[in-house]
Amino acid sequence: MKKILAAAVVNALMCSTALAVEVTYASGITGDGVRVFQELVKPWEEETGNKAVLVPMPSSTTDQFGQYRLWLAAGNKDIDLYQTDVIWAPQLADHFVDLSEVATDIAEQNFPSIIESQTVDGKLVALPLFTDAPALFYRKDLLEKHGEDVPETWEELTETAKRIQDAERSEGNKELWGYVWQANAYEGLTCNALELIKSYGGGQIVEPDGSISVNNEKAAAALNLAATWPGNISPEGVLAYKEEEARGVWQTGNAVFMRNWPYAYHLGNGADSEVAGKFSVAPLPSGEKGGTSAATLGGWNVAVSKYSERQEAAISLATYLAGPEAQKRRALLASNLPTLEALYDDAEIAEQQPIIPQWKEVFMQAVPRPSAPTKSAYNEVSSKFWNAVHNTLSGKATAEENLEILELDLEEMKGSGW
Amino acid sequence: MAIAAESLMAAPERGISELRRQRQRAAMRFLLPMIVALLVVAAWPLMRTIYFSFTNTTLSSLDGGEWVGLGNYLNWRTLSSGRVIYRGVLADPQWWNAVWNTVYFTVISVSLETVFGVVVALVLNAEFRGRALVRAAVLIPWAIPTIVSAKMWGWMLNDQFGIINDMALSLGLISQKIAWTANPDTAMAAVIMVDVWKTTPFVALLTLAALQTVPREVYEATRIDGINPIKVFFRVTLPLIRPAILVAVIFRTLDALRMFDLVYVLTPNSAATRTMSTLARENLIDFDKFGYGSAQSTLLFLIIAIFVVAYLKLGRLDLSGEARR
Repeated sequence: MKKILAAAVVNALMCSTALAVEVTYASGITGDGVRVFQELVKPWEEETGNKAVLVPMPSSTTDQFGQYRLWLAAGNKDIDLYQTDVIWAPQLADHFVDLSEVATDIAEQNFPSIIESQTVDGKLVALPLFTDAPALFYRKDLLEKHGEDVPETWEELTETAKRIQDAERSEGNKELWGYVWQANAYEGLTCNALELIKSYGGGQIVEPDGSISVNNEKAAAALNLAATWPGNISPEGVLAYKEEEARGVWQTGNAVFMRNWPYAYHLGNGADSEVAGKFSVAPLPSGEKGGTSAATLGGWNVAVSKYSERQEAAISLATYLAGPEAQKRRALLASNLPTLEALYDDAEIAEQQPIIPQWKEVFMQAVPRPSAPTKSAYNEVSSKFWNAVHNTLSGKATAEENLEILELDLEEMKGSGW
Repeated sequence: MAIAAESLMAAPERGISELRRQRQRAAMRFLLPMIVALLVVAAWPLMRTIYFSFTNTTLSSLDGGEWVGLGNYLNWRTLSSGRVIYRGVLADPQWWNAVWNTVYFTVISVSLETVFGVVVALVLNAEFRGRALVRAAVLIPWAIPTIVSAKMWGWMLNDQFGIINDMALSLGLISQKIAWTANPDTAMAAVIMVDVWKTTPFVALLTLAALQTVPREVYEATRIDGINPIKVFFRVTLPLIRPAILVAVIFRTLDALRMFDLVYVLTPNSAATRTMSTLARENLIDFDKFGYGSAQSTLLFLIIAIFVVAYLKLGRLDLSGEARR
């Protein structure tokens, strides 16, 4: 009798674990990311009976990367899925499961360039969740009030921002700033400075063939212009701003222009936002009149840890999150740009998040960061670059000088090849 | 105790030396767990770090490193032009900048903390109503975890929404908002200020404990002699509490030399505030240069070791001075 009872208990336990698996998902959180995640996984949880537990991480990609690298190097079994930045695939490929076979049909619906960025030596390291390309957010009401146009070049932006800022301040709006962006010394500054330099025709730091192009007059001109912003049209504190700090100033109605990712679009129109309904977005300015604008390619993906003990459930969650149903939900909930081409023609998305169809062109032309040519040295290259830019912005030396030092450092790191 | 008593009864005729051996063995048995624990948590990681610093290990393959000798510390190449180029931690300007930042931070913050700590302790040593409450309140900054207080101060020092700028502006102390943590000129000052706020209670606590041991009669005697209170402090109180202050300063210095969390959370990762620990972490983890980062960690260990030895020497001199008195 006892034996039977014990067997029944064991059976019941085993059944319940087999039925309900708890998988953990580590992801950086910005804005209302926790709520979005819970909304997103609900259909998957209902269908499979499993539970997805979010492990919230800091919003800075640099901070996340450090932690993930440590966890993965230690073979951490507690985290089953990681939300990975578009630049990480070559550096972390060894630690993730190859998803090319389980996700063939999803991969085919994606933009080929995005799948390519997540493929390392034929192994599909991570599945794209959403892509990102920054926008120039501008206050329609303020531009209209002062009879200004949306700036097309960075020079125009500087002047327009200054004029509106001065005019508004003389009317008593003392807190107002012209332009907020991200200039803290971290990966985000690499994005901000890369698109600025690229729009001036100054190359993309390291070119796809591996040659170092960053030390040139156009790049220096771009950075020298940016160095005039802190304390002039941008608060001096911009040198410590990441995305969320910039959004804080913007969303309290204290900025005319902001450079940020599309996630700020739906948050800016939220109920607690001072600027709801008062702003619109445009592509970032270009270097010269009639020139092309540039936007750094961002985006996030989901990878399954090789060390996970619940791989089956984890892969099921990954394919669900990367699939059309979840990507559409994400687009509607958080104004994230889908990576599935078909969703850009979706009527519901176009109606509720008009930024998304508008953004297709922008992200199609986005500049990738040089993570592919520099391989495992990318983090250090990026850090050297953002330090050179941060030094220029904080007035430590001129752009020309900092870029020359940067070129020397990069040449030395590169040696005979990346 | 039990073992000692047992041995006394079992072999009383074999004399004192056997007893002593027994006791030593017992002592060893009691000490063994701690020695093992120290070997595992302190000696082993330290040895491994030092070993890694002589290799080109990466975090992705911890066992795949090759021996490079002292290459991570210093190596040189002769160019075809005959010019010699030096590389390695000891030739790395970033490293020396970090050393300078750390030492600067340590000297200024520990000095300020010592002065403020002693002042606070003197106030708390006086008898007044509600003293217990004030004593508890003073300890609060010390009790808050560093990450939490760094985040808290981060918001208070925020240039746009921060309460510090708001108060200073409305009092007319500043004419425009200051970006305390972002501006390279004020970032280090902000870090030092938060650290002083946080650890002054620690120095105060140790000093207060020492103050309580100063006999009341000494003060009564000085009062009868009519000696100026300032003179009493420098001639009587300070020499008596000096050992306690020295201990506090040693602890604070060692803590400050490995400063990491406050700088990491409060300020941007720029040359103005980067310390030895944050630089080593960056190389170890972000750049996957595990060997190079280990070399920096090892140097940090050596620098701290030098400080400890110096302080121990200083402390012993002081103690012998105490004994002579």
